[in-house]
Amino acid sequence: MIIPSEQLGLRARAARALSDPFLRRAVRFTVERLRSGKDRATGELGRWEEWREQGSRVRSHVVEHLDFYLAEFVANVERRGGHVHFAADAAEATRIVTEIATRAEAKLVVKSKSMVSEELHINHHLEQAGVECLETDLGEWIVQLARETPSHLIIPAIHKSRHQVRDLFEADGAHDLSTETAVLAGYARRRLRERFMVADIGMTGCNFAIADSGSVVLFTNEGNGRMVTTLPKTHVVMMGMERILPSLADLELMANLLPRSATGQKITTYLNLLSGTRRAGEADGARELHIVILDNGRSAQLGDPDFQEVLNCIRCGACLNVCPVYRQMGGHSYASVYSGPIGAVLSPLLSKSPQASELANASTLCGACFEACPVKIPLHDMLVRQRARNVASDAATRANGAPPSLERWAFRAYAWLFSSPRLFRLLSGVGRAAQRALVGDGSRASFLVRRVPALFGWVRYRALPLPAKRSFRERFAELERANKPD
Amino acid sequence: MKVALFITCLADQLFPEVGESVVRILQRHGCTVTFPEAQLCCGQPAFNSGYREEARRVASLTLDAFEDAEYVVSPSGSCSGMIAHYYPELFAEDPVQLERARRLARKTYEFSAFLVNVLGVTDVAARFPARVTYHASCHGSRLLGVKNEPLALLGAVRELELVPLPRCEDCCGFGGTFSVKLSELSSAMVDEKIEHVLETGADYLVGTDMGCLMNIDGRLRRRGLPVRTLHLAQLLDGAVVRGDKPK
Repeated sequence: MIIPSEQLGLRARAARALSDPFLRRAVRFTVERLRSGKDRATGELGRWEEWREQGSRVRSHVVEHLDFYLAEFVANVERRGGHVHFAADAAEATRIVTEIATRAEAKLVVKSKSMVSEELHINHHLEQAGVECLETDLGEWIVQLARETPSHLIIPAIHKSRHQVRDLFEADGAHDLSTETAVLAGYARRRLRERFMVADIGMTGCNFAIADSGSVVLFTNEGNGRMVTTLPKTHVVMMGMERILPSLADLELMANLLPRSATGQKITTYLNLLSGTRRAGEADGARELHIVILDNGRSAQLGDPDFQEVLNCIRCGACLNVCPVYRQMGGHSYASVYSGPIGAVLSPLLSKSPQASELANASTLCGACFEACPVKIPLHDMLVRQRARNVASDAATRANGAPPSLERWAFRAYAWLFSSPRLFRLLSGVGRAAQRALVGDGSRASFLVRRVPALFGWVRYRALPLPAKRSFRERFAELERANKPD
Repeated sequence: MKVALFITCLADQLFPEVGESVVRILQRHGCTVTFPEAQLCCGQPAFNSGYREEARRVASLTLDAFEDAEYVVSPSGSCSGMIAHYYPELFAEDPVQLERARRLARKTYEFSAFLVNVLGVTDVAARFPARVTYHASCHGSRLLGVKNEPLALLGAVRELELVPLPRCEDCCGFGGTFSVKLSELSSAMVDEKIEHVLETGADYLVGTDMGCLMNIDGRLRRRGLPVRTLHLAQLLDGAVVRGDKPK
């Protein structure tokens, strides 16, 4: 029996991904293309560090004054005939959306890409209520056909090869497809177009919400976002509560930062600015507009100096594309809606499960994520802070008389040894001699090595360095003497 | 100029020859090098694993050891990065220690940055007739911004053929306890690094951090590959012995 990967620990999930050469090749190929594209697109623009600085300032400002801007946004949406619903958590948001669908007597919901809707598992819930959900973003549709979840913020099917996509389309009813992009995309276009025409509800995410105009901004590349927002009678927007920008003047900045960071595009192919419902004399657009604003753990970060900046995120995926851990194990290994460095930080903040908090370990703390982030979120620092939280909560749950973990013992011993130079000098000498005599470079004494997990983790893949007979501190006096003039 | 050497626990115990090279190079350029005996470890292993109390105990010793130093120089971007970037956070709740931590952060330098930016030296008059490539360690380059200094030093070495390492800024997969906690992932990462090193055809891989070099070297030896790893200080120092006298 195959164990579902969400029941495995991080290490086992990673091992499973590492043993899948198709997945690794597909992920590596695409992230390489994306990050090279980003380097090119940001280089062309010039003064990228100043753009980042400005991006960080605008996003931090919004997050610091989120109550003010949300109120302004809501007032302007309502003035333009839209309805706003606040949802404290995923369950409430699901209830709201299900009610909207029921009232509209909807049979089919067509969706453009929305990560917030993934947080809710909305497709599943609506289907339980007898409403079919159809993903119309090509990558999302592929993932839906495969009965999987997205494994990348903006490239949901990054883990699939073109051959696997062809097989999925043939299982859907296609015949004799080649694996050429144009052929595959052509099939998807024909299939999806039939459904846009008959859908009752169009559901989208929200890249940015403009406070002073009440507009919803969507960046898409396939045009499906336009079909979804213009054809069905009802438009439901799934929006994270932090998606706000103060005014249209701030959009130029984001229209540069987001596509360049995400895919290396100068500008997104389709930029939709939707302000209110269809007005008299307009040819298309939804007659009913609902904006569901989701909290789901976000507001708890407000006022927390350690993590508030995570709300600056504009969901570009640049941190995934440069993360050396992500590129090796892919997105599903995170077993969370959000993967990569932003997922490792955000997931435990949004959900208090031990599985989510373990994600803080899925990093070497190399800082590539911070360097890539267009709004300068210090993800590498946040990962260390999350680890400190994990240690503190582990100690708290063990407080009732249970013994501390092995790791805690190890770090207690470390602190004791490394805060006493005399003891250190004595014991480190013994340790070096013991390694030289017994273990060598790790190829000897495997019975011993296997019993020390930290040692075994190293020796399985690498040779140990051979310790020096005399440490530097024992040699320094000679170096000093050698330098003294006679 | 008086320089206190922060050797780091790894170089002290496993790679003392790196420390010796650093001392000789600094001495050749007119520095008086001292070695405060009370130093042990910057505390990073505990800090990065989330054990802040334990990290503070160890880091306090570093504050004590370098209290009176004018300059502190270390052959590791990671350990100097710990001091410069994370000590202020580690001691944030203790105003006295925080002030000491900030003072230490201001006077602590990674070896190559000290040579180039403080001593103003890029040419140590070395000769090294070999094909060499350079791996940029994450903490040195990203926490401290030391990106060009090692390349400037290598660029001035006579007869050295410097071959750019593809994606040289990518992490080697070490990550301290990461390398043993998630060793499969770590080894996949170091294998990708080695793939790039082999593409360059270099005989030597040079770096500025013994953590990364220990990881890459350990994997190279385990796979029986002939590429040698060297700390930048070793290359600059050993080369001088074979080469010219510094001016």
